[in-house]
Amino acid sequence: MKFAVIRFGGSNCDSDVHHILNDLLGVPTDLVWYKDSIEGYDGVVIPGGFSYGDYLRAGAIAARTPIMSSVRRLADSGKPVIGICNGFQILAESGLLPGALRTNEYPKFCCKWVNLRVENTDTAFTSGFKEGEIVRMPVAHKEGNFFADDAALQDMNSHHQIVFRYVDPDGNVADYANPNGSVENIAGIVNGSGNVLGMMPHPERASESILGSDDGRRIFESMVEYAEQG
Amino acid sequence: MRYCAEITIQLKQGMLDPEGETIQRALTHLGYAVKSAHAAKRLLIELEADDSDDATGMVDEMCRKMLANPVIHNYSIVIR
Repeated sequence: MKFAVIRFGGSNCDSDVHHILNDLLGVPTDLVWYKDSIEGYDGVVIPGGFSYGDYLRAGAIAARTPIMSSVRRLADSGKPVIGICNGFQILAESGLLPGALRTNEYPKFCCKWVNLRVENTDTAFTSGFKEGEIVRMPVAHKEGNFFADDAALQDMNSHHQIVFRYVDPDGNVADYANPNGSVENIAGIVNGSGNVLGMMPHPERASESILGSDDGRRIFESMVEYAEQG
Repeated sequence: MRYCAEITIQLKQGMLDPEGETIQRALTHLGYAVKSAHAAKRLLIELEADDSDDATGMVDEMCRKMLANPVIHNYSIVIR
């Protein structure tokens, strides 16, 4: 069992994710440069950051690097792939996940704690949660405003692909609880098979109680458990 | 032949454009009766192609593969 955290030029949450998996969960994890191979890994994390300086669009350049073809093959084989923040942008840009991340409705960098409602526990990343549970994690992005057209949204809803929504502390989907203007307050989605997750909030920054929350840790624990079951 | 492509990439109509809206508000504050303002990205690319159609085809492919995001963008190409 070993995981890969992919590093692009400009990734900056790579060491945090590595720390959670390797040091806290005790899962052998390598930081893998994007020009190297992810052959033989049981799961992949695409961490947050500003790959390629967010040139063209956030995630656009990284999504077109050759390693993303390997990520697609790994995902097609059923192994878990999680993209966090810039990683989500990369997964959406590469077509591994539907939709796109636009500039925030209030077009500034937004860095704050948010409440998320767990919408689907039947994925590789959320088996450790209860459906409807409210969890806390921070967001930190300028391009996190999720968009998909009505047909795509309908499709995603009917296949239970929306995994996290921004909510108020009582669990209500509300405009004021939406940090970036995402349609339907969407914070995280999975592919149709539930083994590829993209999310704007940072679970790795909420994986130890000393950080203010350890809710995010369960995402990594669920992912490891899923990978162990093969 | 060497061609120069001017590519304009813009959010689809009706898509929220906070940068454009902010510019519009600022122009209104300056006293201009501005009905709308939209921000767009302009890319200039020099390329070798057999003829103008060939150049247009290649640049269109570039837009579809990478330069624009079909989920949220329209694009236009001018070849010189």
